[in-house]
Amino acid sequence: MLETLGSLATGFEIALQPQFLAYAFAGCVIGTLVGMLPGLGPLAGISLLLPGTFGLSPTAALIMLAGVYYGAMYGGSTTSILMRIPGEAASVMTCIDGYAMTQKGRGGAALAVAAIGSFVAGTLSVVGLMLLAPPLAEFAIRFGPAEYTSLLVVGLIVLAYMSGSSMPKMLAMAALGLLCGMIGMDVMTGYARFTGDVIALRDGLGIVPVAVGLFGISEIILSAAKAREVSVRQPKLRELVPTGAELKASVGPIARGSVLGFLIGIIPGSAHIISSFVSYGIERRLSKTPERFGKGAVEGVAGPESANNAAASGAFVPMLALGVPSGPIPAVMLAAIMIHGVIPGPLLIAERPEIFWGFIASMYVGNVVLLLLNLPLVGIFIQVLRIPYRYLYPLILTLCVIGVYAVGQSVVDIWIMIAMGFLGYGMRKLGYEPAPLVLGMVIAPQLELSFRQALALSGGSYSIFVARPVSAALLALALVLLALSVRTALTRRADWRQRLGLEERA
Amino acid sequence: MERAPSAAPGTPPSGGGGLRDDYVTGAALALAGILIAWQSWHYPMGSLAEPGPGYLPFALGIALGVFGALIVAAGGRSPAFRWERFGDGLKALAILAGLAFAALALERLGYRITIAVLLFYYLGVLERRPWITVLVLMMVVSLGSHYLFARLLRVPLPIGVFGF
Repeated sequence: MLETLGSLATGFEIALQPQFLAYAFAGCVIGTLVGMLPGLGPLAGISLLLPGTFGLSPTAALIMLAGVYYGAMYGGSTTSILMRIPGEAASVMTCIDGYAMTQKGRGGAALAVAAIGSFVAGTLSVVGLMLLAPPLAEFAIRFGPAEYTSLLVVGLIVLAYMSGSSMPKMLAMAALGLLCGMIGMDVMTGYARFTGDVIALRDGLGIVPVAVGLFGISEIILSAAKAREVSVRQPKLRELVPTGAELKASVGPIARGSVLGFLIGIIPGSAHIISSFVSYGIERRLSKTPERFGKGAVEGVAGPESANNAAASGAFVPMLALGVPSGPIPAVMLAAIMIHGVIPGPLLIAERPEIFWGFIASMYVGNVVLLLLNLPLVGIFIQVLRIPYRYLYPLILTLCVIGVYAVGQSVVDIWIMIAMGFLGYGMRKLGYEPAPLVLGMVIAPQLELSFRQALALSGGSYSIFVARPVSAALLALALVLLALSVRTALTRRADWRQRLGLEERA
Repeated sequence: MERAPSAAPGTPPSGGGGLRDDYVTGAALALAGILIAWQSWHYPMGSLAEPGPGYLPFALGIALGVFGALIVAAGGRSPAFRWERFGDGLKALAILAGLAFAALALERLGYRITIAVLLFYYLGVLERRPWITVLVLMMVVSLGSHYLFARLLRVPLPIGVFGF
């Protein structure tokens, strides 16, 4: 414990340096904007900002991108509450009661509760991250290729299971993603696969064009087609103060949302989205007056907003401790630090403590920055939404072209972005989720490498995956989840995911 | 939003036979799986004990085919497939066409001209904004973003045949 505090102090020495403070601040501001603008979620925002971080140190890059990530969680709540527009998907649940509160003239209080909840949850879950990641990393140092193979497989299956959407669809997307990740040179032999005659494809598909296309472009073309002008209502500062009753009602949901969000965040999946759905469902079930939900219950804002911020931090646990992304956003952030030559994995915390602890400390700082930024300045931020979408989307698309080109200095990346944008458009229309595709694509090289290394180690015997206890346990978990899904599909029974409101109702 | 509206529960089954969303998408995925498996078959497969570069893509192609078939099999309750749902498809294609132009032009015309033309297309042609606004935005964004990215952030941006 003392050691942790000592390391944290070192981290604060780094994070409080003016330059890193500036990056955290810039990240938080950009993130808030990204979260507010429809068509730009945290993933597209982080991907687009990636080239801008090439000139920075890995610590600065990570601090800024993390600022964008949790800034987006704050920003998304603002538009949900004031305008019933979820700036990004994790805020969908906030729309319901947040907007109802706005209609009752309590929009300011809803914003305040959301900001306070996000702050508390964000801070608590950083404590969790700080305490959990180092021991987990120490445990994972003993992981061999067999464990990593099983871990990555389980990650994909948990993601598919947690979504509450159709399992075959999610697995099909994961398989497609893995296949996309195998485009290019084979990791072990250098043999070129699925490249056609395009030399640029030999290095594989980049995560940035794929993420920007699937999550950014597809959303933009969907929104642009049905663009409408919105009326912006600016809350007055004095409205921001919640009443005592509102605060009292929020304490439980914030506490539960923090713990729940953090735990869900660790599990692979679009954690920030899922956690807000689960939190809303739980609060409604626990409430003595569930009929108030949907009509402006402050618990319906406090819970989901706390949960999605806690999940954002929880998602960093596997990323920093194991070097394994739990979802598309940590995947892009891993790519960001790998560009700087930092090798993610269980040794990261021991070998590059300045990155890990600087990052942890900067998250505390970032949460304070966001609280200060979002409450008093919310009136200024929402002015951005006065820009009509027909002006906004061409600018965002321009940014996408610059961002995607700048990563690899290659026009091929722009073509990939266009193709993925088209694919994402179709997927959204037809009820497919892009998250497992992106995650599959990112982990494919690592999965294939560890799979083949494990077989090389065992002399070609597949028993290595069940002979090693950690690997066997992980595979057993995957089988259980698959069996549960099959049972649900066969009996067509509503299982816990529906009961908790995890089924999409957006 | 990252989450697509799901086709699954809550959608009233519109009864009867006919083409459904999941029949179309499942069949497409299954076909893609078969094609990928067939393509991978031509790569060095290695053996079960020592997989080659074609092994996992082949296995995944087969898996994709199976998942596609499962989606078709369970697709009876999915919404009826309607082309009308893609009524905004033309606008979507028009927007993507602008990006395709950018991909073609960026290294030929250079960054600044490409971005200016791109904005002219989106704001002037697609959205029919007042021409003076379009003109101002074209200039400000193409030159301003170039200054920001190329000068301040030192991101190398392409120079075209005109030398800028």
